[in-house]
Amino acid sequence: MARLPAAARPALARRTRLLIATRKGLWTLTGDVSRNGWKLAGPQFLGHIVHHATADPRDSRTLLAAARTGHLGPTIFRSSDSGRTWKEATRPPAFSEESGRVVDHTFWLTPGHPSEPGVWFAGTSPQGLFRSADGGATWQGVNGFNLNPQRKAWCGGDQDGTPDGPKLHSILIDPRDAAHMYIGMSGGGVFETPDAGAHWWPLNKGVRADFLPDPAPEYGHDPHCVRLAGGHPDRLYQQNHCGIYRLDRPGDVWQEIGNTMPKTVGSVGFPLAVHPRDPNTLWVVPMDGTSVWPRTAPGGRPAVYRSRDGGRSWKRQDQGFPKSQAWWTVKRQAMTADNRDPTGIYFGTTSGEVWGSRDEGRSFRCLARNLPQIYAVEAATN
Amino acid sequence: MTARTSQEAATIVRIRIPSPLRSYTGGSEVTVAVPVLAPELPPTLGGVLAALNLNYPGIRFRIIDEQGKVRPHVKLFVGTDATRDLSSPIPSGATLMIVAALSGG
Repeated sequence: MARLPAAARPALARRTRLLIATRKGLWTLTGDVSRNGWKLAGPQFLGHIVHHATADPRDSRTLLAAARTGHLGPTIFRSSDSGRTWKEATRPPAFSEESGRVVDHTFWLTPGHPSEPGVWFAGTSPQGLFRSADGGATWQGVNGFNLNPQRKAWCGGDQDGTPDGPKLHSILIDPRDAAHMYIGMSGGGVFETPDAGAHWWPLNKGVRADFLPDPAPEYGHDPHCVRLAGGHPDRLYQQNHCGIYRLDRPGDVWQEIGNTMPKTVGSVGFPLAVHPRDPNTLWVVPMDGTSVWPRTAPGGRPAVYRSRDGGRSWKRQDQGFPKSQAWWTVKRQAMTADNRDPTGIYFGTTSGEVWGSRDEGRSFRCLARNLPQIYAVEAATN
Repeated sequence: MTARTSQEAATIVRIRIPSPLRSYTGGSEVTVAVPVLAPELPPTLGGVLAALNLNYPGIRFRIIDEQGKVRPHVKLFVGTDATRDLSSPIPSGATLMIVAALSGG
């Protein structure tokens, strides 16, 4: 398997700092060098719904947070001093007047390619793609997507989709080519562009969509979270509404890898995390997708499942978790891995707990509890 | 009240600001000067909000979406009259009250 050359891989981080975006504000957890002691700080933006907060790996200082309140429209806050001070975007993501569409909230933030400092991408609810070239101060729509005459066919209407609004997420940039990108949409599926967003095509072959009349449509799927494999950008993993999948490019047919999960656990879930250096290693958090879709830990017994062979087999990892009566839900942005060795795995629950492992999931412990509903957990590296 | 600036006549409008928007204004009440183009054309609600945004950049988008609609959980009162119409006239001496109305946890 071709991997990125060593020079193209990010250096190992010395410390891990977690950005914890919640329904009521933003908190941070900063670990010591051993990742044994953690310090919780916050809140910032208390009372704001923070859907996502992400650090810029290109400078280790810049943070962006996507926020709105219950009353007010969506905006972006930017920090250029690691979160000590923040400035609001002067032009947050907004659709064109001609479109008739309204951004409810920005759902996903992705720093641009290393060759394009200051460039960021944002995915919104309902599905829209926006680009900033000035570090998040002003945002422009990516017209090749937002104004694409096929967009409504791909995505459905702005009122369709997931319970808290249809969304564009999982904006992935090929580390070898700034113009080559993938996006995920719930609903819509996975799409690819070769030219920085001017043109798009669906990339959903092999993925089930058993909630549609045609179980194998070209688009209209529900990927919950899509990731590029660590160190190997020709491999993608996807946690979908209908299972877990792997795609090895230049192929265009996803292979279902969730069907090797235990039947009593299933392959429904929201987040998916990848090892930063091993393209065969990934983690998922199964959720109960039976009957009315409780979307809680199956049986009230939470576990992370790890594969070290690209999804051919899975190992249950639950050391440290409650053994019963723990009805966790982990949202699609609420699980991440750090860039340490061994890799740390972290996730947040809708019941306000942050759990972490510093040994690649062999054991977990609770790093924080009693926070508001957690929407996203991202690791900042420095 | 109508004032004359160095360039043109303007109506001074008092605006009451709800707590979620005071990070912009720094206070619970501000005044803005809205240009009066002709005596028979009083300023509109949209004009007042544009003037407010000039003084406090970004505040309008938190209240009004990109299609020019008042956001669902925002209420606007001109005097005691509720309105969601940005073409509503603002009489001289009127107060605009912005209310952030939300239920739930």
